[in-house]
Amino acid sequence: MTNRDEKVLIKGNYAIAQAAVNAGCQCYFGYPITPQTEIGEYLSGKMQELGRGYVCAESELAAINMVMGAVATGVKAMTSSSSCAVALMQEALSYAASDELPVVLVNVMRTGPGLGYIYPAQGDYNQAVYGGGNGDYNLIVLAPSTVQECVDLTYRAFYLAQKYRNPVILLADGLLGQMMEPASFGEYPYPEVDVSSWALTGAKGRDARMIYSVATDEKKQIQHICDLHRKFEVIAENETTYEEFEVDDADIVLVAFGSMTRNIKAAMKVLRAKGIKAGCFRPVTLNPFPHKQIHALAEKGKEFAVVEMNMGQMFKDVKYAVEGLSNVSLINRACGEWLSVEEIVSSVENVLRGGKQLAASL
Amino acid sequence: MQQVFSIPKSMKKDFRYTFCPGCDHGIAIRLVAEVLDELGLRENTISSTSVGCSVFLYDFLDIDCVEAPHGRALASATGVKRARPDKFVFTYSGDGDFASIGLAESMHSALRGENISAICINNTTYGMTGGQLGPTTLMGQVTTTSPTGRNKEYYGYPIKIAEHIALCDGTAFSARVALDSVAHINEAKKAIKKAFQTQLDGKGFGFVEILSSCPTNWHMTPEEAHERVRNEMIPIFPLGVFKEVN
Repeated sequence: MTNRDEKVLIKGNYAIAQAAVNAGCQCYFGYPITPQTEIGEYLSGKMQELGRGYVCAESELAAINMVMGAVATGVKAMTSSSSCAVALMQEALSYAASDELPVVLVNVMRTGPGLGYIYPAQGDYNQAVYGGGNGDYNLIVLAPSTVQECVDLTYRAFYLAQKYRNPVILLADGLLGQMMEPASFGEYPYPEVDVSSWALTGAKGRDARMIYSVATDEKKQIQHICDLHRKFEVIAENETTYEEFEVDDADIVLVAFGSMTRNIKAAMKVLRAKGIKAGCFRPVTLNPFPHKQIHALAEKGKEFAVVEMNMGQMFKDVKYAVEGLSNVSLINRACGEWLSVEEIVSSVENVLRGGKQLAASL
Repeated sequence: MQQVFSIPKSMKKDFRYTFCPGCDHGIAIRLVAEVLDELGLRENTISSTSVGCSVFLYDFLDIDCVEAPHGRALASATGVKRARPDKFVFTYSGDGDFASIGLAESMHSALRGENISAICINNTTYGMTGGQLGPTTLMGQVTTTSPTGRNKEYYGYPIKIAEHIALCDGTAFSARVALDSVAHINEAKKAIKKAFQTQLDGKGFGFVEILSSCPTNWHMTPEEAHERVRNEMIPIFPLGVFKEVN
């Protein structure tokens, strides 16, 4: 790509990979799994061409731990995987959060639980937002909805990871990873973060540095957990991002994340043409979640319909944010074929008639 | 006055060993520190630490360390080295970390010929958790999870780590040493130095397995424990260099 401002037709997985290169990712470690394998394939050639680090890891366990080792030295590094294999990385993510290591992990979701299959789904919301690792910790979770955002949020992932010394998950899905759309790369838009105060480079002319989470002193452990918690409050204050469309006059707000956002926007237009005042709300950061913003809409009397490809995972966060002020419905399918605009429209009409939504059906 | 003893520069000035009396970890860590000093590596070293009694390496060595979850030290070290090929990178693990939960990471690092150095303390048991059966527990050995001794029916056989690592094409140096006598301690230091020099020469994976005593969990005095290393371990885990690429 000679001109980075030029729009190119590109697959989501390749867009993420090239964005990582542009962001200055110095090392990629990964293990193949559909539907994200193109990321590792692309980077295998690219990283060698650029003289950067690349390892076909023996497992996802190894891959994420390689990332932890690499980022501990102050460089940017990442791995990518999908659902059931991301489950294998949960231990490391807990360590990375505790060790404050700027790990970047891309999860191009497939179907679960268990091995599931390669159908796209959004069933890893809980895994990403609430985590499968032990202890109190938070990951920053970014959810792209277009191939262009695969680029933009990959850039943001690398920046936020180092800015806050916190692991970041880019939560994409099989639909986004496998589809082609026009996108432009531009230049990496963020400043380089100074890592010199903590990165491991060998104890030359300074005290030795230790990055570890074990605390045999109970008070230190409590202090550490509280510090991590406070750090995430700062992240929530500064970095919570969302999009809203035509919510001002809306009676019902459709809420979706990731690529489902595309269909609720289209459904909103159809509903408005039918005289139903619908709006859209889409969290870009799933963690921190825009609880305050959703609550503010609920205070204005708006009701909500959460549209997602799982059994109602983000639904619970929206209900938590609404705090019973208004009605929250769930329009969902477990996995596979994305809920169509027509299905969303008829479900919303059904909800507004007081009926049950068309939920979780095949 | 001639100074006959000093603390290596690579060790912390205010450290106090927290290992059990008679444990060989203290000797092994001191040897590592002496070799780091002699090769002038302290200020250019990053270590990926392990889990188990070996975890406390960073309490004693005055070097940059990053922790790895149990069994992942070699994966972490791979990441460190790939990110910073100019740094000296080593791991220090027990037999459970290196050859049980972390066998895949250890073996694949050797197969890839990662230009790092790995030290494995083999004391035939999980020391920190109170002496359970591990990958190197000897046949017949009584542990808290092999109350009548290791038998092949329930537990299978112990792994000969240094020989397996030597079989990997990416391995440039693999040796087994012991710490039960002054002569063996001197040999152990030479092997550690060779493994470290292997990395400095860019030859590939360097590995040293150190047979060590665990008097507490073996229910022995330190002296009896060293006799066990000599009389029971060495016949099964022979000392020597199993691979050395020139």
